[in-house]
Amino acid sequence: MQTYVARAPSTGGKWLIALGLFFVAILLILPLLLIFATAFKSGWNAFTQNLLDKDMLAAIRLTLLVAVITVPVNLVFGTLVAWCVTKFNFFGRKILIAFIDTPYAIPPVVAGLCYLLLYGNQGWLGEYLSEQNIQIMFAWPGIVLVTIFVTCPYVARELIPLMEVQGKDEEEAAVLLGASGWKMFLKVTLPNIKWALLYGTVLTTARAVGEFGSVAVVSGSIRGETNTLPLHVQLLHQDYNAVGAYTAALLLACFALLTLVLKSIFEWFEQRKLDRVESIK
Amino acid sequence: MNLKKSRVLPGFTLSLGLSVFYFSLIVLLPAVTLVSNFLGISWEEIQFYLTDPRLLSAFRVTVITAFWASVINAFLGLLLAWILVRYEFPGKKFVDTLVDLPFALPTAVAGLILSALFATNGWVGQWLAPLGIQVSYTMLGIILAMVFTSIPFVVRSLQPVLEDLSPEFEEAAASLGASKPQIFFRIILPHIRPALMIGTALSFVRSLGEFGAVIFIAGNMPYATEVASLMIYTYIGEYNYAAAAAVAMVILVTSLLLLLIVQLAQSMYFRRYARES
Repeated sequence: MQTYVARAPSTGGKWLIALGLFFVAILLILPLLLIFATAFKSGWNAFTQNLLDKDMLAAIRLTLLVAVITVPVNLVFGTLVAWCVTKFNFFGRKILIAFIDTPYAIPPVVAGLCYLLLYGNQGWLGEYLSEQNIQIMFAWPGIVLVTIFVTCPYVARELIPLMEVQGKDEEEAAVLLGASGWKMFLKVTLPNIKWALLYGTVLTTARAVGEFGSVAVVSGSIRGETNTLPLHVQLLHQDYNAVGAYTAALLLACFALLTLVLKSIFEWFEQRKLDRVESIK
Repeated sequence: MNLKKSRVLPGFTLSLGLSVFYFSLIVLLPAVTLVSNFLGISWEEIQFYLTDPRLLSAFRVTVITAFWASVINAFLGLLLAWILVRYEFPGKKFVDTLVDLPFALPTAVAGLILSALFATNGWVGQWLAPLGIQVSYTMLGIILAMVFTSIPFVVRSLQPVLEDLSPEFEEAAASLGASKPQIFFRIILPHIRPALMIGTALSFVRSLGEFGAVIFIAGNMPYATEVASLMIYTYIGEYNYAAAAAVAMVILVTSLLLLLIVQLAQSMYFRRYARES
C-alpha cells in the first residue's frame, strides 16, 4: 500500500481548488481582515486609546491570570493521566480514557451551570463557602475553575495516542539500568513527548484565553473586575463601541494566529524527527 | 503472573490516584451536582418547563440549524480535504494551517466578525442583500456561525483517510474503463464514508451546544432565532436554576448519547480498518 501523493491539478481539479479557495477566503480570510480594518478604522490613536482603557487592561490582566493558573495545572494533570493510561494496564483503564473526553461533549453553558449549582450561593458547597467568606462564583476563582474544566482534555488528548505508540520499552530499560523515576522521565519520556506536550500546552492556552460560554455563566461580568477579554468583546459590542470591541477582538485574533504559527512549527519539528528516524531505517 | 510484580515503571499509584482525584473534583462532582439538581425537581415542574412553547421553538431552531450546518460542513469539509490532499497549489500549506483557525479563534470573536461581515451593509452581506438573502440575525446566520465553528472536525477526520487511499485502486478502475464519477462513487466514497460520517456527527454535536458564536449573529428573537444554549443562559439570568437544569439535562444527555454512538462507530471502524490493512 502506498499513500496518496498530491500532484498538479487537472482542469477539473483547478475548478475544485478555485471553489475551495473561494470558501476559505469568505469564511476564514475576510473575517481576519475585517478585524484589522475595523479596529483601525478611526486611526491609530483611537485604537491605542481603547487598548489602554482601564477596563480593557483589567480584562487583559484577568485573562492572563486565568491562563497562568489553568495551563500549568492541566499540563501536570494531563501528563499524569497520559502516563497512567498508556504505561500501565489496569481495571477501568478504558473507562478512564473515555472519561477524559467528557468535557468535549458538555456544552460550555451547561458546564458553567454545573459549577454554578455546585459553588453558587444556593449550591451544595455554596453555603459552607459563604460562611467562610470565600466567594468562588462571580469572582476570579470561579472563572479559573470552569476554564480548567473546559481545557482539561487537551494535553492528555495530544499525549495519549503518541505515548501509546511509543510503548514503554525505553522507560523500562532506563529503570532497569538504575535510573530514578525522575531521571527516567526527564531523560527518556520528556524528549519523546516534547513536541506533543508543547502543542497540547498551546491548545490549552488558546482555549483558556478564548473561553466564552462557561465563563459568561460564572463570571457575573462585572466591568473591570470579573470581565475576561472575550466577555469584554461582548460588553463593548453591546455598548455600540465598535472600535473597542474590535480592539479586544484583534488581541484575541492575534493570539489565535500565534497559536496556528506555533502549531505549524511544532508539526514541522515532529515531521523532521520522523523523517530522520525513517532515513536511519 | 502477578501483575503488580511485573510493573517496572514507577508512578502507577501516584498517577492513577491523582488522575482519579482530579477528574472527580473537576468533572465528576460538578456533573453529579447537575444530575442531582435535576432529580430534585418534581416531574410536574419538569413537564412545565420542557413544554414551554418558547423553549420548544428554541429546540426546533437548534436542531434544524445544527442539522443544516453539519450537512453543509460534510460537503465543504470534503471539498477542502480533497483539494488539500489531492493537489499541489500555491498557498496550500497556508490554507491547511488556516483550517484550524475556527478552533483557535475565540467563539465570541467569530460571532462578532461573522455578524458584521454578513450584515446587510457588511463586506459580504451587501452582495447578498439585493438577492433578498439576509444572513445576520436570521436562522441562516446561526447556520453560518455553526458552519464556521465546526468545519475543522470534518476536514481533519477526512484528511488522513484520503491520504491513505492508495492510487492503485483508482488506476485499476480507470484502466477498466470507469468514468470519473464512477470512480468517486464506487471507489473513493465507500472508503471515506465512515470518516465523513464521524466528522459530520462531531460537527453536529458541537453545533448543538454552540453558544458564543451564535448569540452574536442570531439576533436572539424569541420564537424565531433563539437557540437552546441561550435559553439556559436566560434562565440562569432569571435565577430560574430549576428550568436551567432541566434544559441542560436534555442537551447534556443528547450530546453524550450522540458522542457515545460516534465513539462506538469509530472503534468498530478502526477494527475493520486494521483488519483490512
